[in-house]
Amino acid sequence: MISIKELTKVFHTKDQDVTAVDHLDLNIQSGEIYGVIGYSGAGKSTFIRLLNRLEDPTSGSVTIDKQEITSMNKNDLRLARQEIGMIFQHFNLLWSRTVKDNIAFPLEIAKMPKEKREARVKELVELVGLKGRENAYPSQLSGGQKQRVGIARALANKPKVLLCDEATSALDPETTDSILDLLVDINEKLGLTIILITHEMHVIRKICHRVAVMENGKVVEQGDVLDVFLHPKRPVTKKFVDQVMGDPDQDHSLDLIHENYKSGKVLRLHFVGESTNQALISELSREFKIDLNILHGKITQTQKGAYGTLFVHVEGDQDEIERAQAYIQDTSVEVEVIPNVQ
Amino acid sequence: MFNKLFPNVELQDMITATNETLYMTIISVLGTLFLGIILGLLLFLSRPGGLWENKFLNWVTAAFVNVFRAIPFIILILLLFPFTDFLMGTIRGPKAALPALIIGAAPFYGRLVEIALREVDKGVVEAAKSMGAKNSTIIFKVLLKESMPALVSGLTVTAIALIGYTAVAGVIGAGGLGDFAYFYGFQRSDFDVVFVCTVLIVLIVFIFQFIGDILTRSLDKR
Ligand SMILES: Nc1ncnc2c1ncn2[C@@H]1O[C@H](COP(=O)(O)OP(=O)(O)OP(=O)(O)O)[C@@H](O)[C@H]1O
Ligand SMILES: [Mg+2]
Repeated sequence: MISIKELTKVFHTKDQDVTAVDHLDLNIQSGEIYGVIGYSGAGKSTFIRLLNRLEDPTSGSVTIDKQEITSMNKNDLRLARQEIGMIFQHFNLLWSRTVKDNIAFPLEIAKMPKEKREARVKELVELVGLKGRENAYPSQLSGGQKQRVGIARALANKPKVLLCDEATSALDPETTDSILDLLVDINEKLGLTIILITHEMHVIRKICHRVAVMENGKVVEQGDVLDVFLHPKRPVTKKFVDQVMGDPDQDHSLDLIHENYKSGKVLRLHFVGESTNQALISELSREFKIDLNILHGKITQTQKGAYGTLFVHVEGDQDEIERAQAYIQDTSVEVEVIPNVQ
Repeated sequence: MFNKLFPNVELQDMITATNETLYMTIISVLGTLFLGIILGLLLFLSRPGGLWENKFLNWVTAAFVNVFRAIPFIILILLLFPFTDFLMGTIRGPKAALPALIIGAAPFYGRLVEIALREVDKGVVEAAKSMGAKNSTIIFKVLLKESMPALVSGLTVTAIALIGYTAVAGVIGAGGLGDFAYFYGFQRSDFDVVFVCTVLIVLIVFIFQFIGDILTRSLDKR
């Protein structure tokens, strides 16, 4: 769907040259939500702006849906851009236009006749959940509502791709979640390919299928979100994973567990993208004559299911415990006995 | 009562002079608006990083604007005599004042337009680009539209300066209240005439300011 080859952007400033994007290769499949994460200055914004040529590349190529964006002339580029939606951190709405007219703007640009435009705007207003606010001006809307207008506007011309540059970074956590839900919703409903830039792992975890980690203009790690979560290789990636999975209380908790549970066993259950074994704990207590006691844990939801770690204390007959352990081993939940107990 | 207080004021003359002032002001405001927008757009668009980035064009426009803004209005009128004669076929009366008024005010307004355009959020222009807008769409539907309140309040300031200029234009016999106050009031020592002319000019200024303020406020949805 989107293929990026050797993409490079060098900014020439008075005192130095800055290579913001450095020979970057990436392939993005149709219909996926692809996240790009990196710290400030990693080149994320430059990268996404190269995709619709808001920034012209120094070298390399970008191909979207078989059209090579990087070799297009001005007019073809204009037409291609009408099929690439973009939303922004600061929404970038025209304050002189109402919600309705903001959404109609890209349709005016695409020269859609007025009657059709009105019908399409109505659809979009409903899609993003802004019914009743059509005639408000942006200044009368909350941040979340403004971003909904931004999304409706970006979708107006039925694009194949949606580019999001820090689309939720100016919003509070709750509003962020509602906007992310909306993005997942349109991704599923419309089969839209979404490329999303962020510096928050939470955003990646919540909605992305695949992720690339950027550092110094390069992609240093990429893959399925779950794989990256499970086996982060680079230090940057580990830091990002810690942002959402980091469990600062864990060590302290383990110490207490060692002191307090002198009998039975303490098991660590590692959930890796579970959707089938979520009732594991209740199954265990039903099937085996053991007592289970949840001690400590953190489970989080990703697009591919639950992910996280749970510490449980098991009390009961030795054989029964071992049978339960074997049972767990047959599921996709990883299990490990915490030593030092007994 | 009125006749006693202002024995030398002829109502009919006052109406004529007011009409001439209004005529000069309104036509020159329209001309200034047109020329000023063009100058402001040229200045803004040809800037480094602008839509029509062009060093030469930028330099020429800036030079034109700076030179004409530097010339005092009274001298500009004299300087433009031959041009006015050629363009208007006369160098007397309200019509003859128009070229000098417009050329005097447009560079000033052009700078205000440029400032207004610079205030437009770059992100919004970028959003329009990302939607595949043509430059003309960006100019008319984004830049000028989004800067409308500033363009109108700038025009109000310029219009009020122009009312002052119309009075100065009296020296070439342009007509209007300034001319009338000087020739029929001051020179004949009929100070009641000067006084009434002053009140009328102040009144016109207030009306322009009032209309400008209302328009600016109704346009500003920020
Ligand atoms: N127009 C420009 N001129 C010169 N240098 C630039 C320009 N735009 C970006 N850069 C430089 O390129 C590098 C990458 O910037 P970019 O904005 O892409 O980072 P980012 O990952 O989006 O950061 P942030 O999370 O802060 O938005 C930075 O070092 C920045 O200073
Ligand atoms: Mg950025």
